[in-house]
Amino acid sequence: MTAASLGVPLPGAAVPSRGGSKKVLPGFNLTLGYTLLYLSLIVLIPLSALVFKSFTLSWDQFWTAISSPRVLASYRLTFGASLVAALVNVVFGLLVAWVLVRYSFPGKKIVDALVDLPFALPTAVAGIALTALLSGNGWIGQYLEPMGIKLAFNPNGVVIALIFIGLPFVVRTVQPVLEDNEKELEEAAMCLGATRWQTFARVILPSIAPALLTGFAMAFARAIGEYGSVIFIAGNVPMVSEITPLVIIGKLEQYDYGGATAVAVVMLVMSFLLLLVINALQGWQRRRSGGA
Amino acid sequence: MSDLSKKRVTATEAPWARRLLIGVALAFILLFLVLPLAAVFAEALRQGAGAYLAALREPDAWSAIRLTLITAAIAVPLNLVFGIAAAWAIAKYDFRGKAFLTTLVDLPFSVSPVVAGLIYVLLFGAAGWFGPWLAAHDIKIIFAVPGIVLATIFVTFPFIARELIPLMQAQGNEEEQAAIVLGANGWQTFWHVTLPNIKWGLIYGVILCNARAMGEFGAVSVVSGHIRGQTNTMPLHVEILYNEYQSVAAFAVASLLALLALVTLVIKSIVEWRHEREMKAAAEMPPERPVLKEAT
Repeated sequence: MTAASLGVPLPGAAVPSRGGSKKVLPGFNLTLGYTLLYLSLIVLIPLSALVFKSFTLSWDQFWTAISSPRVLASYRLTFGASLVAALVNVVFGLLVAWVLVRYSFPGKKIVDALVDLPFALPTAVAGIALTALLSGNGWIGQYLEPMGIKLAFNPNGVVIALIFIGLPFVVRTVQPVLEDNEKELEEAAMCLGATRWQTFARVILPSIAPALLTGFAMAFARAIGEYGSVIFIAGNVPMVSEITPLVIIGKLEQYDYGGATAVAVVMLVMSFLLLLVINALQGWQRRRSGGA
Repeated sequence: MSDLSKKRVTATEAPWARRLLIGVALAFILLFLVLPLAAVFAEALRQGAGAYLAALREPDAWSAIRLTLITAAIAVPLNLVFGIAAAWAIAKYDFRGKAFLTTLVDLPFSVSPVVAGLIYVLLFGAAGWFGPWLAAHDIKIIFAVPGIVLATIFVTFPFIARELIPLMQAQGNEEEQAAIVLGANGWQTFWHVTLPNIKWGLIYGVILCNARAMGEFGAVSVVSGHIRGQTNTMPLHVEILYNEYQSVAAFAVASLLALLALVTLVIKSIVEWRHEREMKAAAEMPPERPVLKEAT
């Protein structure tokens, strides 16, 4: 998240091991023991309950639960909208990061602080605020609706809520990399006759590509699981604007614990895969910035 | 000086392009961040300050506020202790499986809040693993306050640890080792050496953790049961009011949460500026890059 802005002035500065001297510090057993205990109680055991519960389903039950038309439609919406939102965030997140790092303008510090609003604003508040803006009688919606553009209570609303949620991820991963970028390289490119656009595409873009991809993956991962901001604006019509987390809640409300578990397992597997991808991307980014 | 600035000018865009980019970026921020925030307060005050205050004086609103504060007051300190312990173990020592452990600490971030709520229902709900035992002993976790606290702890689990781990790794062990060699015990070393070094990261993690703890919706919504006046946190109360078409009341409670978000952002910015200043002072490099001076 925003750890980069605080904790990473020295990229990849993990202290190399110095053998025995590390053991001088006390507290290893205590802190590691407590970490493992707390991790197990809060995260690992509850998550394993999900996996074990899914084992009580037969394969047929499991498959029926995760592949009914309504659930499939919810995957399409959740993944499709998350993808579109993350792509929009890549473009505008890069733009905002660029403007914040490279240019000066009045109110820059306020804009910089405001970028983190989606992290700090409760999702339910974001959801009702966006709905109030975009619904037919809202500040923005009242002008768009007569033109035939509907942004609330349909998949468009889902995408907009997910753009809001994902924006800081791209800005905050790209920003520190842009700050560290050496202007000399760009100046060299200019001296060698490159246009500004060529410099951007051939020199700047490759150097921020890992960060951009990381931000994209984080925004995408967050968007897939998002619930609070989406349900207010989505309209939640089955087969049309119902997201996967809402399908899980729907099954729970009908006491279909097996079905809810099965769909949750699908989501959990997706989160695991994305987490691995993000870790790999961050490793790539660290090696890049370490080698530069 | 003039020579230098001329050179800088060549490595940037034409003024019109710069203005265009700034304009588009600001328009995007205005549309997606400022307008929703303004809408919250505008909708809350739509029928005047009287209706706004009346909505906040509702007993149900008060009980929601109380429950939210209680939840955060339990979840944040627990995750703070965990965050410090995990960061100490991971940053100060080498052991096998360290990278894997770090990934596991991050795990709750990538789990959907709804799934986070569901796992506690599967454990403690009426049909869950411990459900029958809990029912026999008349202990309620799901659809009660303990479930809300548990779900909140899960969702905010990594916040403080992941702020502290990179920070403590970057700082290394030398200062702590010096303290130990000079005769300090482990607790003194932590209190007098480590804690002052990590204080900004710590505050930063705590306020972000707190904002999420007070604002969590999805996970809490699954385990709460939505009992008015009993298991309603502020975000859940917003939802109930909104669905009952009590728009002003919903936005009034929401405006409190929006204020919390603004306060969080202000504290966060202050912490960042302080930290930056300390870093600069520590680096002892007064002539920073001239570009930065121009920028401010």
